[in-house]
Amino acid sequence: MTIKFTQDHEYIAVEGASGTVGITAYAQDQLGDIVFIELPVVGKVLKKGDEAAVVESVKAASEIYAPVSGTVTEVNAVLSGEPGLVNQDPAGAGWMFRMSIADAGELDTLMDEAAYQDHIK
Amino acid sequence: MSMNSTGRPTHIGTGADITAHGAALLPNEPLLFEIGDTHHSGVDLPEVQISTARLGGFERRSDLDLAGLTEPEAMRHYVRLSRLNHSIDGGFYPLGSCTMKHNPRLNEKVARLPGFADIHPLQPVSTVQGALELMQQLAHWLMTLTNTAAVALTPKAGAHGELLGMMAIKAAQDARGQGHRKVVLVPESAHGTNPATAAFLGYTVKPIPAREDGTVDVSAVKAALAPDVAAIMLTNPNTCGLFEPQVVEIAEAVHEAGAYFYCDGANFNAIMGVVRPGDLGIDAMHINLHKTFSTPHGGGGPGAGPVVLSQALAPFAPVPFVRKTGEGLELVEHAEGEALGRITAFHGQMGMYVRALTFMLSHGADGLAQAAKDAVLNANYIKARLGGAFSLPFPDYPTMHEVLFDDAFLKGTGITTLDFAKALIDEGFHPMTMYFPLVVHGAMLVEPTESESKQTLDQFCDVMLELAEDAKAGDATRFTAAPMKAPRRRLDETRAARQPVLRWDRGQDLPQAAE
Amino acid sequence: MRYLPHSEAERAEMLGVVGAAGIEALFSAVPNGALLKAPVDLPSHSPEFLVEAHMRTLAARNQAAGDGPFFVGAGAYRHHVPATVDHLIQRSEWLTAYTPYQPEISQGTLQMLFEFQTQVAKITGMEVANASLYDGSTGTAEAVLMARRLTKRSKIILSGGLHPQYRDVVKAYLRDDPGLVCLSASPDGQGDILDRIDVDTAAIVVQTPDFYGHLRNIEAAAQAAHAKGALLIVVVTEVISLGLLEAPGALGADIVVAEGQSIGNALNFGGPYVGLMATRKEFVRQMPGRLCGETVDANGERGFVLTLSTREQHIRREKATSNICTNSGLCALAFSIHMALLGEAGFTRLARLNHARACALADALETVAGVVLLNRTFFNEMTIRLNKPGAEVVEALAANGILAGVPVSRLVPDDPAVEDLVVLAATELTTDDDIAALVSGLKEVLA
Repeated sequence: MTIKFTQDHEYIAVEGASGTVGITAYAQDQLGDIVFIELPVVGKVLKKGDEAAVVESVKAASEIYAPVSGTVTEVNAVLSGEPGLVNQDPAGAGWMFRMSIADAGELDTLMDEAAYQDHIK
Repeated sequence: MSMNSTGRPTHIGTGADITAHGAALLPNEPLLFEIGDTHHSGVDLPEVQISTARLGGFERRSDLDLAGLTEPEAMRHYVRLSRLNHSIDGGFYPLGSCTMKHNPRLNEKVARLPGFADIHPLQPVSTVQGALELMQQLAHWLMTLTNTAAVALTPKAGAHGELLGMMAIKAAQDARGQGHRKVVLVPESAHGTNPATAAFLGYTVKPIPAREDGTVDVSAVKAALAPDVAAIMLTNPNTCGLFEPQVVEIAEAVHEAGAYFYCDGANFNAIMGVVRPGDLGIDAMHINLHKTFSTPHGGGGPGAGPVVLSQALAPFAPVPFVRKTGEGLELVEHAEGEALGRITAFHGQMGMYVRALTFMLSHGADGLAQAAKDAVLNANYIKARLGGAFSLPFPDYPTMHEVLFDDAFLKGTGITTLDFAKALIDEGFHPMTMYFPLVVHGAMLVEPTESESKQTLDQFCDVMLELAEDAKAGDATRFTAAPMKAPRRRLDETRAARQPVLRWDRGQDLPQAAE
Repeated sequence: MRYLPHSEAERAEMLGVVGAAGIEALFSAVPNGALLKAPVDLPSHSPEFLVEAHMRTLAARNQAAGDGPFFVGAGAYRHHVPATVDHLIQRSEWLTAYTPYQPEISQGTLQMLFEFQTQVAKITGMEVANASLYDGSTGTAEAVLMARRLTKRSKIILSGGLHPQYRDVVKAYLRDDPGLVCLSASPDGQGDILDRIDVDTAAIVVQTPDFYGHLRNIEAAAQAAHAKGALLIVVVTEVISLGLLEAPGALGADIVVAEGQSIGNALNFGGPYVGLMATRKEFVRQMPGRLCGETVDANGERGFVLTLSTREQHIRREKATSNICTNSGLCALAFSIHMALLGEAGFTRLARLNHARACALADALETVAGVVLLNRTFFNEMTIRLNKPGAEVVEALAANGILAGVPVSRLVPDDPAVEDLVVLAATELTTDDDIAALVSGLKEVLA
């Protein structure tokens, strides 16, 4: 499994032709306590950069953009009852949705862990 | 994802269990539903027998379960609750962008005259000639102060006025065959209502970045003025407290490109009687009567947001409006020609018109100008006294009626703008506006208004300087645990939003502290 | 100038601290020529007694509702407001506070709003209510937009019984929108609204009691709407009717909008009033306007905050549910205090009394030759057909000091079908003498 990062603080954990998307630890820390998450519907076709979800803290609403193009295959429904999971475990239980990856080539445009850590410095 | 960069934290502070000072006079007040019951009433009304013949079988069957209080119980409940509020009358309220000035009580007195308060919007116009005359007088004052051709009085608040003004612009563009213009330019420092209004009308919002000095660059506007631009929405004086020095050039460029200039007049208090926005080239501007003309804020409304219109937009004014005829004044209630129709039932906020006109007559042209000058002087005085200890993101221009600081002076202290504001509460002041405008980090926007004496300003500045010194000295607890002397300590907004409890229900337990 | 604290000496001293030569230096960013050299051409400042005299002169040229027999309604109603209400809302802590942005020092306003939301939810029979909107008419437009967001459909059908000015406001908000269907104003029925609902319909808007005073079958409307996946928006302009009539929420309404003026607020020539909006809990994130919620403070004590504010313009900007910022706080306070004084016992009695007075009015009107009462059902308002144009009759009665109601032609012009109609309301303030004066006045004018 490889994990890639966007400039906008989404991550995508890639397994074969599918990827799991969420926000980074840095992003959840900047947002503060997350209180609500609007997830996409399964089957939604996304182009890279499309608005896929919205996370709300008490002070801000932030759009989550699709890191790559593809189709939503599964959403983390647990988040609707426990949005705080995104704060507690953004890379694990706080994942947001899974998508099939339409063009694996797009992954090359994203950052790896080291590049992302450099990006948020 | 899009990131929030204002730096506002969301955690509530923790600290020792502290009992507020003065708690003996500020007891916790239970909810109305915990005091009253369905049998108590503070109104004596006869019990009448009615026939249900004319109710069509639609009588109420479901429970009301509505608690009532007798008059003494109600008096105590609402007096006790009131004492948990900070108010202008009770203390300095420098909430930037909100113009918390003194509310003269004459305004309240005359608004309650039966000839204003006890007249119906739909009684014959022959029986309300005085009310129509009042609307005309108010319109005359607003048009004269702004040097504009028309005014639509009806908007219920500033945002409603924005909506109307932008509707008029849309109608004007359509009438010119320019309906394809789908873009509205909005500077990043704008009030949130501006992009919300433009988007509501189907426009795409194109943000204009602020210059380093906090003002809008005419060349940035020119660069953005494509043939699909319908209007610009510009606040002047802007939300950073600065008068836009290139506003006339911006207006000219906008007009040259076939677009209109909507001016957000939220900050008109800085320039009333001193600068006429019509002379700057605006096409539409709302005026918040509850800010500039001191119809009270009332805990968040009601407001009133009349919109002045340039000659170009005047034909698109909505109904109703007052017109002189041979026999007196008439009320035009149905749209003729290009007019917009109506954006509210009846004739707008008459109660606010009465108060605003009373405020204007009391001040006069000279007093309004003096008030604007004093408001600007007060903001500059605060800026001068605090500028050394606080950080000014835009030091280049004199500020107008409000002064903007950022949180650079708190760097390395572990104290945020929010903490600093909460510490002010413990000193008896209402905090300034925080985290707005969005263009600076940790914004603190201080608007003193003309109502404050030098003595009050000095007290405030002394406290601000002392707090800044403490913050820099590393006394973080005073800030992170604040407020400690208010009726409540910091409230858990996360909990309120994650599990919303928006009403009381019978059997609802008192909340337990989280974790 | 009595409102400005600075002396000239203080101004000079402050300018010295600022380092400005004069006040004009602080306006240096104003383009050349735009800074006025002299005051604008308007009167100078004036002492309190002269301003008061000016305003009294204007007020005296209006005929107040209390000056004589009064039957005007049509969306604004004259009711008794207890003296306690006006005393309390003029307390500094209510009157001169702002939006409770700092909850630690705004618990009074916040707790009141929480109580207000509860009261509104209870009387409408809905799960949640917001902390008020501008008024009923703009609230109706907001409800229509909310229904579109919820259903992601566009068609909106307005009943012919909807207050004509409410209809006009919705039309202005949805200018040139092909999805808006306005059934023509009709004093008889609500048109074929239920038959027009289809799978593109976001919502139907039904007012009860309707503009003409008829009570509408909300349950049937809800069933018809829901069968096609559409929402039912119920509009109530006379909120006191909810003390006697079944709550719309109990009959299947999805969004209830009401004008709250009747409780706690004076006529004020049309404003400020207070818009009420209530809905189902599942729809709350699409509801416009402020919301107050319960929480705890750092000591674990109960407290209240504005919540779910990410729906609002100051955070969401162009993606907000509405551009609304200001609400109707003080009018909501007046509503809440009056409702607390009434309680269930008083609210119910007040509603019954209103209906009883309206029945007395209806009975009396039916005795007048040239008057036909159109309503089989009503709460406190009804429509009559006259043998002369309504506007003419109302004007003639006004000349005799009787404010007899609203000619429908004032709101629905150029429609011969409504030219002879007048809408009249009775409230607890309507006396037998008022009714007798109206009847004899009508007999004279119609003869």
